Amino acid sequence: MATNVEVSHPSAVADLTPRLSAAEEVVRFIRMKPLGAIGAFIILAMLGIALFAHALAPYDPYLGDYAVQFARPSADHWFGTDEFGRDVMTRIMYGARIALFVGFSASVAGCTIGGLLGVISAYVGGTMDLLLERVMDVLLAFPQLILALAVASILGPAVENVVIAVTIPIIPRAARVVRATALSVKENVFVEAVSALGATRRRVVFQHIVPNVVAPYIIIVTAQLGGAILAEAALSYLGLGAAEPTPSWGLMLSGSASAYAEKAPWIALFPGIAISLGVFGFNLFGDSLRDALDPKLRGR
Amino acid sequence: MRTYIAKRLLLIVPTLLGVASLVFVIMRVIPGDVTLLILGGDQAGRIDPAQIAAMQHQLGLDQPLVVQFGTWLWGVLRFDFGTSLWTGQPVLQELLIRLPLSLELALLASIVSVVIAIPLGMLAAVRQDSWVDYVVRVVSIGGLAIPSFWVGILCILLLVIYFGWGPPLEFTPPWIDPWANFQQMVWPVMTVGYRYAAVTTRMTRSTVLEVLREDYIRTAWAKGLRERAVVIRHALKNAMLPVITLIGTEFAFLIGGLVVTETVFTLNGVGRFVVDAVAHRDYPVVQALVFLIAFGFVVVNLLVDLTYAWFDPRIRYR
Repeated sequence: MATNVEVSHPSAVADLTPRLSAAEEVVRFIRMKPLGAIGAFIILAMLGIALFAHALAPYDPYLGDYAVQFARPSADHWFGTDEFGRDVMTRIMYGARIALFVGFSASVAGCTIGGLLGVISAYVGGTMDLLLERVMDVLLAFPQLILALAVASILGPAVENVVIAVTIPIIPRAARVVRATALSVKENVFVEAVSALGATRRRVVFQHIVPNVVAPYIIIVTAQLGGAILAEAALSYLGLGAAEPTPSWGLMLSGSASAYAEKAPWIALFPGIAISLGVFGFNLFGDSLRDALDPKLRGR
Repeated sequence: MRTYIAKRLLLIVPTLLGVASLVFVIMRVIPGDVTLLILGGDQAGRIDPAQIAAMQHQLGLDQPLVVQFGTWLWGVLRFDFGTSLWTGQPVLQELLIRLPLSLELALLASIVSVVIAIPLGMLAAVRQDSWVDYVVRVVSIGGLAIPSFWVGILCILLLVIYFGWGPPLEFTPPWIDPWANFQQMVWPVMTVGYRYAAVTTRMTRSTVLEVLREDYIRTAWAKGLRERAVVIRHALKNAMLPVITLIGTEFAFLIGGLVVTETVFTLNGVGRFVVDAVAHRDYPVVQALVFLIAFGFVVVNLLVDLTYAWFDPRIRYR
């Protein structure tokens, strides 16, 4: 959207916008959106931990040590150990990989598929629109958990299958939002103009409509990210996600954590904090991003 | 308006038919056979093929899939959801045993959330960018981030450790013993209600913010009205529109989404019923529950759209 404005009024934009260095931009963002900056910091920290888990983690996430079963949090084991004597902090660090993998792939895949369907639905219209809308209605009305239960039963409990189970419910939501925007973009004079100039339908859709629905697309991707991480945790908690001994945050809270909760509350405490903090970060960042990208909210 | 309602009612049919077909196909594709689960096999795990065939015939599973689907749909039209393959009881009867608990949980949680969320969201919007706003935003974003099953685990943990309280196994309906019911439901309601309130608070805040920028609000200020009159009488009513949508759609989700909470608190409600039915491959139960949840979702959405007309006379239906 921004490029269109610059092309039409290059001089105005160049004269009025002061040039900021990257560092100044960052400082400005932190001042304008302190909550968003906190969110960004949490996301970056989580990314760093996930990428360098093998170097940062003090122990092996799979290897237990029966000598230190149910060890209290101490200097050796900051977050304590579980029933197999595995270091809880190490498993949480490796768990960040799974949370981010499922979160990113499910929200990007779901929003991309849904977004494309939404654009096609809006642009083609007619019977196609009616048909796609009905399919989306069915997906929206179908209980998400049953869908996930079915995917897990058919494909087996594994991290990759959780991605599919989490992706499907995101599709109709993204399609709704993008379709609504695409419908209004389609009515613009410039779309009529390029069509009149003889542009192919593919060109109209990908060169002119898609760039104008990028803002709602990015907003919905970030909005779904936290939810996807939460959904992975819930599915793993119910035994429909990652299987033992995968260090998934949700899985760490299921079964043994509740069974030994009285004896070793730290097993149940820290993975929950990790989930909450991660999702919290993505939600804070997503909120601020929406404020910045949504023209209706700009200037508030 | 009348044509709009007729059109919307007509659109419900393909949606529900789609949901019915989808759940039917899914249940048949899932590996695992209810007859094998019921028979269980002898100690070596061997089952007599004749016995399997007899059981399949008894349950009507030997008929062609199209016939099974047709029979089931015809039953649904007459409000007959068949009998559970697992317990042999009518599905509707099994459902009605569990429904009061889930309905009570969903209803109380939504009341709690509305009572907390609307004033808080309004306050945050009116005092935008003040410390009140930041606190409300952080608490509500937290409500979205904290997994409800974890809150449940922590609740139980604290209650068990400090009060020696364990979750009761039997559900006591409020009309039999209100106090026992309250003790049993208060924690699940808080757990579900916090998340629900978080969603509603955020929606209230952003819509009130939007409405407060409208011209007629400026006019109301200019007339010299007090803040209370401007915010409550003029802004809130118009800001309620998206909030009502959200409460409606979230309520429909709640019924379907109680699985996790009911699992944590070992409550024998509809959510647990679904999970058990899928595990047992109890086709009629899963099909009936999914169909009814989808039906509820569609109807609530329609009602929500119709309340728009009442709240915002500018909306004209086509």
